Amino acid sequence: MELNQLTIHELQEKIKNGQTSATQVIESVFNRIDVVEERVHSYIRLMKDEALAAAKKADEDIKKGDIKPLTGIPVALKDIVCTKSITTTCGSHILHNFVPPYDATVVEKLRDAGAVFVGKANMDEFAMGSSTETSCFGVTRNPWDLTRIPGGSSGGSATAVAADECIASIGSDTGGSIRQPAALCGVVGLKPTYGRVSRFGLIAFASSLDQIGPFTKDVEDCAIMMNVLAGYDPRESTSVQTEVPDYRQFVGKGIAGWKIGIPKEYFIEGIDPEVAAAIKKAIAVIEKCGGQCVDISLPHTEYCLAVYYIIAPAEASSNLARYDGVKYGYRTSEARDLLDMYKKTRTQGFGTEVKRRIMIGTYALSSGYYDAYYKKASQVRALIKHDFAEALKKCDVILTPTTPTPAFKIGEKTDNPLQMYLSDLFTISSNLAGIPGISVPCGFTAAGLPVGMQFLAGHFEEGKLIQIASAYEKNANIEKRRPQL
Amino acid sequence: MEFETVIGLEVHAQLLTNTKIFCNCSTKFGGAPNSHACPVCLGMPGVLPVLNKKVVEFAMKMSLATNCIINKSCSFARKNYFYPDLPKGYQISQYAYPLSEHGYVFLEVDGAQKKIGITRIHMEEDAGKLMHDEHNPVSYVDLNRAGVPLIEIVSEPDMRSPEEAADYLKRLHEILVYLEICDGNMEEGSFRCDANVSIRPVGQKEFGTRSELKNMNSFRNVQRALEYEVKRQQYIVENGGNIVQETRLWDDAQGVTNSMRSKEEAHDYRYFPDPDLVPIIVDDAWIEAIRKELPELPLAKRERFVKDYQIPAYDAGVLTADKALSNYYEEVVRLCRSPKAASNWVMGDVLRFLNEEKRDIRNCPITAASLAEMISLIEDGTISGKMAKDIVEKMYKTGSAPKAIIAEKGMVQITDEGELLKTISAIMAANPNQLGDYRGGKDKLFGFFVGQVMKATQGKANPQIVNELLKKMLAG
Ligand SMILES: [Zn+2]
Repeated sequence: MELNQLTIHELQEKIKNGQTSATQVIESVFNRIDVVEERVHSYIRLMKDEALAAAKKADEDIKKGDIKPLTGIPVALKDIVCTKSITTTCGSHILHNFVPPYDATVVEKLRDAGAVFVGKANMDEFAMGSSTETSCFGVTRNPWDLTRIPGGSSGGSATAVAADECIASIGSDTGGSIRQPAALCGVVGLKPTYGRVSRFGLIAFASSLDQIGPFTKDVEDCAIMMNVLAGYDPRESTSVQTEVPDYRQFVGKGIAGWKIGIPKEYFIEGIDPEVAAAIKKAIAVIEKCGGQCVDISLPHTEYCLAVYYIIAPAEASSNLARYDGVKYGYRTSEARDLLDMYKKTRTQGFGTEVKRRIMIGTYALSSGYYDAYYKKASQVRALIKHDFAEALKKCDVILTPTTPTPAFKIGEKTDNPLQMYLSDLFTISSNLAGIPGISVPCGFTAAGLPVGMQFLAGHFEEGKLIQIASAYEKNANIEKRRPQL
Repeated sequence: MEFETVIGLEVHAQLLTNTKIFCNCSTKFGGAPNSHACPVCLGMPGVLPVLNKKVVEFAMKMSLATNCIINKSCSFARKNYFYPDLPKGYQISQYAYPLSEHGYVFLEVDGAQKKIGITRIHMEEDAGKLMHDEHNPVSYVDLNRAGVPLIEIVSEPDMRSPEEAADYLKRLHEILVYLEICDGNMEEGSFRCDANVSIRPVGQKEFGTRSELKNMNSFRNVQRALEYEVKRQQYIVENGGNIVQETRLWDDAQGVTNSMRSKEEAHDYRYFPDPDLVPIIVDDAWIEAIRKELPELPLAKRERFVKDYQIPAYDAGVLTADKALSNYYEEVVRLCRSPKAASNWVMGDVLRFLNEEKRDIRNCPITAASLAEMISLIEDGTISGKMAKDIVEKMYKTGSAPKAIIAEKGMVQITDEGELLKTISAIMAANPNQLGDYRGGKDKLFGFFVGQVMKATQGKANPQIVNELLKKMLAG
C-alpha cells in the first residue's frame, strides 16, 4: 500500500515508529494528485508549497517527540472555510480573488493539531447543489466512475479522500452536503450536531443549518477528526458550551442491546433497488451485532424538502447580500451608477443555481408572503424537530439509506432542479432538527458504485454514531476496494 | 377648519460603550477612515456577530428610566437592503421581539403633566458613512461607524404640537445623558430623530395620512421642520388636496421639507430572525441589578431641588437640565450652605459667561469650591455684592480663587468706622451746598452722599455701615 492510501491512525503508527515521515506522506499525496487530479478534479487550489513547508516542520516536531493528534496528516479543506492569506472562493466567481485575513476556527484547530493542508477542495457554488456541478471552477468527477457526479456540495472533499488525494478532509453540510457525497464516493462522512463545531470562518449558506464535519477513510479516523474539530467557540453565538468526549473511546465498542429505529417514511418506493438491497443486508449485520430494530415514525418527513427549500434559500438570500462588489471580490467593470454596479456585479458574479435560490429566498421573505412561506416553514420545522425527539425516545439511533440512488450521471439532473433536490431527501431532516448524522459505506451496486447508510442520533450524541458505525464497519466484512483510476 | 396636529417620534441614540455591538472594534468618533474596523464589522464572508452585553445593559437602563416593561426574551432580526455603507447587505436590528415596550415620560404642557407613551425600545447596529469626491465621480466608504450600537426609541403618536415634540425630545436627551449611556451630540449624529406627522380636523378620531420627516440635526430644526410640515399639510387640505404618505427630507438652508420617496417606493426590508444570534433572556435578577445602577433622573432631581433647596421650579428646571450643571450647583450648595444665593450666581453670572463663550460647565474656570467661597465672603461681609460682581468676572477670566483676587487687588471691604467717618467728614466739607440742601429737606440727596463715599473708597466701603454713619452725620 502507498502511504497516501493509509488512514490517519495507520499513518500515526508509522510516524511514531519512525517508519515514515510527514514529508514522505505529503510527497506520496502529491504524487497521487499528479496522476489523478486532472481526471477527478477534487481541488480548486493546491497548496503544495505550504504543505511541503508544513510537513517539514512536522518532521522537526516529530524528531523532538512533539506529536499531536494530526501531526503530518495531509488534510483537504472545502473551499468554503476561510484560510488566512489563501484565496477562498466558495466555488464562485464573485469570490474568485478573495483572500481572507483570518482563518476559520476549524482551520486554526486543525493546524494546531499538526495537520498539513493539501489544498482547497472543489464544491458547488456557495454549497448550493448536490453534484459539484455548479462550481465556477468546473465539475468534480466520481472516482468510481468518471462519468458520474461525486455528490455535493462537498464533492471535492469526498473525492479527495476516495481517490487518496489526501488522508482526510473537511466539508460542510447544510442539507446533506457531507453525507450525500460521502455515500456516493464510498467514504465516511459526519455532520455534527448544530453548535458542536464552530462555524466561524465558514462562509455562510444557510446559517441555521450549516455545520462543518469530516470526511475520512474509516470510522476511527472520523473519531480522531472530531476530537480536533468539536468544541465551544466564543466567536460564534450559536456554538454550544457542552463537554466534548474523547470520540475515539466509542470506536470498537459493541452495540448489544441497542434499539435501532427504522423510520417507515424513509423506506419508500422510489429508492433504487440496489440501494434498498444494500441497506437490507446492512440491517442484518446490525442485528447480528446485537442491535434490535424497531419501527418508528417521523410523520412530518414529507414536508422536509419543502421546509428546507424555503428556509435555506431565505437565509441564503440575506447571507449572500454582502457580495455587492463594494468591499471585496468580483466587481463589474462596466457600471454606470450604483444600482447598475449592484445588478451587473451580481448578475455576472453568481451562477444560475445561486441566483435561483436567492430569488426563491427573497420571495419567501417578502412582505405579504412571509407568513405563508418563511413563518409557516419555521413552524413545520419545529414539528420535524419534535418528530425526532419523540422517535429518539424509542430508540438509540435511527438508520436510513443516505441517498435514494447511487451516483447519477454528470449533466443528468442539471436541467431539473427538483430531481436534483430529491437526492438530499434523507439527509435534510437532520439539518432541520439540528441533530448529528453519519454516512458509512455499506457496499456497492453491480456497476461498482458505492452505497451509503446513514445513522442519526440525538443532539450531541456523535459518540453513539461513531460507536454504531464502527461496530458495523468491523462486522460487515465489506470487500476492500479502491477506485480504478 | 381647525386642525389638530399629531406627532410621533423615532429617536436613535448611539450608546457610549467602548466597543461595537457585535465585535471588539472601538466606537471612538473620528479616526482615519476604516481604522476602527475588523472582518466582522466589514461584513467579510464567514465571520459571525457576538453580542456586546454592555449594549443590552445600557438599553435596559433607558428602558427602566422611561418606565418600559423589559421583555423576558427578545431577539435580533435582519433588516435587508442594499447600500454601500451597509457592509452585510442587512442591518442587525430588532423587529418582532424588541427589548422593551409600553413605557412613558412626562412633559409639562400648560402647567400640567402630560404623559407621552413610548411604544418600544430596541437595539440595533449603526451603518457606516459615505464620502463623495467633489471632483471625481467616485464615493468612499468609511465603516468606522458600522456596528456602533444604537437604541431606537419609538414614541406613541401622543404629541399635539411641534413644541411638545421638541420638549419630548429634550426630555429623552436629558435622560440619556443623565444615564451616561449617550453623549447626546446631535451634530455628530449620536442623537438623531425622525418624526411622523399628520393633521386631522379637531374632534376627528382617525389619524390623518402622515409624512415621515428626516434629516433634522438639532432640537430647533426638529421644531422648525414640524412647524413647516404642519403648515404645508394644512395648506393642502384647506385647498381640497390630499396628503400622500411619504418620506420627506428637511432642508435646513431653505427651511422646507422635500419629498424623498413615496409609500410605493418604500423598501421591503424582508425582516426575519437573525440565525447567527440567539435570543436574549432577561431575568428579574438582571433587571433589578440594572435598576440599582440607575442614577437619580432629571424629574426626581428637579422635585428634590424645589423641596430641599427651596428654589423656584423654574430654577430647578434650568439647574437640572444638564447633569453636570446640577452636580456643580449641588457642590456649591454643599460648601456654602446658601442654596438661593448659589442658584442666583450659577444661573446668573456663571451660565452667562459660559453661554457667551459656548463653553460647557465641565470646562468652567470657576470651580464649585471657588464660587462657594465667594458666596461665603459676601455673607460674612468681607465683600459686597457689588464687589463680588467684579470678582466673579476675574475668577472666570483667571481661574483664581476669590481670596487671591481680593488680596491681590486690595479689595477687602472697609468696615472700619473710624476710617469711614474721616472720609464722610471730608466729603461733607467739600460739598457744603448739597449738605445745606439735604438738611433743608431734600432727602433725595442722601444717595448723592452714598455715591461720593463709594467713589472715594473705590466701592470698598461696607454699604450698611456707610448708610448708618451717613444718617447720623448728615443729620448734624
Ligand atoms: Zn469590528
